[in-house]
Amino acid sequence: MGRSVSTKSQDVEDLINQKYRHGFVTDIQSDSLPPGLDEDVVRAISRKKNEPQFLLDWRLKAFRHWLTMREPDWAQVHYTPIDYQDISYYSAPRAPENAPKSLDEVDPKLLETYAKLGIPLHERARLAGVAVDAVFDSVSVATTFKDKLGKAGVIFCSFSDAVREHPQLIERYLGTVVPAGDNFFAALNSAVFSDGSFVYVPPGVRCPMELSTYFRINAAKTGQFERTLIIAAEGASVSYLEGCTAPMRDENQLHAAVVELVALDDARIKYSTVQNWYPGDENGRGGIYNFVTKRGECRGRNSKISWTQVETGSAITWKYPSCVLKGDGSVGEFYSVAVANNYQQADTGTKMIHIGRNTKSTIVSKGISAGHAENTYRGLVKILPGADGARNFTQCDSLLMGSSCAAHTFPYMEVKNPNATVEHEASTSRIGEDQLFYCLQRGISAEDAVNMIVSGFCKVVFKELPMEFAVEAQNLLSVSLEGAVG
Amino acid sequence: MLKIADLCARVAGKDILKGLNLEVKAGEVHAIMGPNGSGKSTLAQVLAGREDYTVTGGTVTFAGRDLLALPAEERARAGLFLGFQYPVEIPGVNNVYLLKAALNAKRKAAGKPEVDAYDFLALIKQKMKLMQMSESFLSRGVNEGFSGGEKKRNEILQMLVLEPQLAILDETDSGLDIDALKVVSMGVNSLRDQSRAVVLVTHYQRLLEYIVPDYVHVLSGGRILKTGDRSLALELERRGYDWVAESQVA
Repeated sequence: MGRSVSTKSQDVEDLINQKYRHGFVTDIQSDSLPPGLDEDVVRAISRKKNEPQFLLDWRLKAFRHWLTMREPDWAQVHYTPIDYQDISYYSAPRAPENAPKSLDEVDPKLLETYAKLGIPLHERARLAGVAVDAVFDSVSVATTFKDKLGKAGVIFCSFSDAVREHPQLIERYLGTVVPAGDNFFAALNSAVFSDGSFVYVPPGVRCPMELSTYFRINAAKTGQFERTLIIAAEGASVSYLEGCTAPMRDENQLHAAVVELVALDDARIKYSTVQNWYPGDENGRGGIYNFVTKRGECRGRNSKISWTQVETGSAITWKYPSCVLKGDGSVGEFYSVAVANNYQQADTGTKMIHIGRNTKSTIVSKGISAGHAENTYRGLVKILPGADGARNFTQCDSLLMGSSCAAHTFPYMEVKNPNATVEHEASTSRIGEDQLFYCLQRGISAEDAVNMIVSGFCKVVFKELPMEFAVEAQNLLSVSLEGAVG
Repeated sequence: MLKIADLCARVAGKDILKGLNLEVKAGEVHAIMGPNGSGKSTLAQVLAGREDYTVTGGTVTFAGRDLLALPAEERARAGLFLGFQYPVEIPGVNNVYLLKAALNAKRKAAGKPEVDAYDFLALIKQKMKLMQMSESFLSRGVNEGFSGGEKKRNEILQMLVLEPQLAILDETDSGLDIDALKVVSMGVNSLRDQSRAVVLVTHYQRLLEYIVPDYVHVLSGGRILKTGDRSLALELERRGYDWVAESQVA
C-alpha cells in the first residue's frame, strides 16, 4: 500500500454510517385496540372518538372499497408483504377523557421525549412563535397558541376536535382532494385514521404564525394513520410545517397518512415537511414504511400551493405530494430533498395536473443516495386540453455517495394542449473526489466537507423552507449521512 | 522547511516519480519546470496528500514532521497549501463560507480562537482588493461559473487568507492573460518573507519574470535532472527540454 495516507473513502464511510440518534422508547401505558381489521374495528374507532354518523358512513364506505383494492406494486421499492391483520389500528396515551388543558398537565415523560428529540416544546413554541400541535401516537396531547390564532379567526386544532367543533367544514371538504377510494393506502387511511391536524384560514386572513405539528410513532406495532386537512379561503395564506422522528424499533412500522390542501381564489398554502423517521439499521432491518398520499388542489383563481420536503428517514418512502391546478392562473411548486442511506428505499416525486388556463408549475428534486440505497424520482406533469398557456419547469438532480447506491428518474409527461411549455433538466453526479480533496487541502475535515458539499447541492430547496427550520433541516441531513448534510 | 529524499510514487499503476530529491528552505522560491508528463503535477498532488497517488518509496519531511504520515487536511493545517491547476467547482457552497471554514480549521488546530464573521469579512475584503476582485465574488459559489482566470485569482486569494508556510502553486499561470498574471504574481510576492517558501510548478518562464525564483529545477522522467538559477529558465525557453536529458546521458 505504500505510504499514502488514506482518508477520504474510509472517513466518508464512517460518516454515513452514524447511528440513528433518536432511537428510544417512551414508557407510557397505551390504550390500544387489539391487532386486526374489520368493520367492527372501524366502528370502534369512530365510537371511541364520538364521531357523527356522516363520518362513520364515510369510513365504512372507504373500508369496503379498500377490501376490493390491491396493494400497488409499481414503485421501485421492495419489502416483505404487510399483514394488515397484525396491526393495531388505535393507540392513545391513557385516559384520553382527561386530556391535559395545559403543558403542566402533560405527562412529564412525554415532554422529556420531545426534549430528547431537540423539541423543547414550551421554549420553542414561545420563543419562535410557533404553534405546535404535538401528536403522540394517535391523539393530540398539547396545542399551543390556539388563542392567538383564534383571534385571527384561524382554526388550528386536532382533527378530532375539528370533527366535534366544526363538523360542517369537515363534511364539506374531507375527501374532496383525495377521495376515500383514491388509492390503496388512502382508502386504508380513510377507514381507520385516528387523528391529525386541521387548519382553516378564513377569507383575507394571513395566518400570523408558522403552524407546525410533530408526529411520533411510539407504541409497538401501531400503524399510524394521520389525516390532515388544510383549507385556505379566498385571499388567505398559511405556512405549515410537519416534522417527524420515531424511536428505534426492530419491526417495521406502517405509516399511511393522507394530507389534503384546498386553496380557494388568491389563496396561498406552503406545506413543508422535515421527515426523520427511523430508517432501519445499516443491514436494512427495521425502519418505518412511509406510504403517504399528499395532494393539494388550487381550486380558486390565482391560488398557489407549494410543497417543500426534506426526507431523510424511513426504510421505505412512497410519496408524491401533488398539485391539481384547477383555477386559472394557479401555481404549483414542489421542492424536494430525498436522502437514502444504507438499505433505504425512496420512491418519491410529484404530480402536477394542469387543468386551468395559464397555470404554472415548478419541480425541483434533489436526490442523495449513499450506501446500498435506492432513490427514485417519479414525476408526472399532465397538461389537459383546456390548460392554454400552461407552463412547467422540472429539474431533477441526483448525487451519489459511494458506488453501491442507485438513483433512478422516471419523468412522465402528458401534454394535451399544444400551447403548453414543458421543460425538463436532469443530472446525476457522484460526490466528487475532486471536491472532497479540494476541501481537505484547505484543512477542512472530511465530515465538514461532505456536509458542505451536500448542503450546497440542496441549497435551492432549503431556501424554500421557513427560515427557522432550514437549520434544523440541515442538521437532519447531517445526521442521516452522518454527519452532515448541510 | 521541506526535504524530499528519493521520493517514488505511482498513480493508476504507473510509476511517475522515480527517486526525486529536493530541499526547500524558508524564504526561498523554487520553480519546477519540465515537459508534459514529467511528474510535476504528481509531485504537487503527492505532497498535498491526494489518495489516489501511492507513495512507493522515499521520505518527505515538512517543518520537522513526517509529511507522508499526515492526512491531507492535517498537512493543510500544518501550513502546506496547494494552488490547484484546475480548481474544482462546488455548486451552492459559498466561497466565503468555505474559506472561513478553512481558516478556522487551521486556527483551531493551532489552538487559536476562531475568527468571527465580521473580522473575517474585513480580512477577505482587504485581500480581495489586492487581487482586484469584485465584491460580487463574496456571494458566489466556490469557483461556480468562474472563468479560468477568476479561478486562479481565487486560489491566490485563498492562499493570502490562509498564509501558508509553504505554497505549492501548480501551473497557476496557465490560462492567464498578462494583466491577470501580474495581479497573481503580486499576490504571491506579497506573501514572500523569510519564514515562508514557495514552489512554483510551471511550463513557462514568463511567470518567473514576475516571481523571481532562487532556484530553477528541471523535472524529467520523475527525477530532478538539473538545478540552476533564473538563467536556466531562460535557457530552457530557448533550447527546450531535450538538451537537459541529453546532457545528463553525456
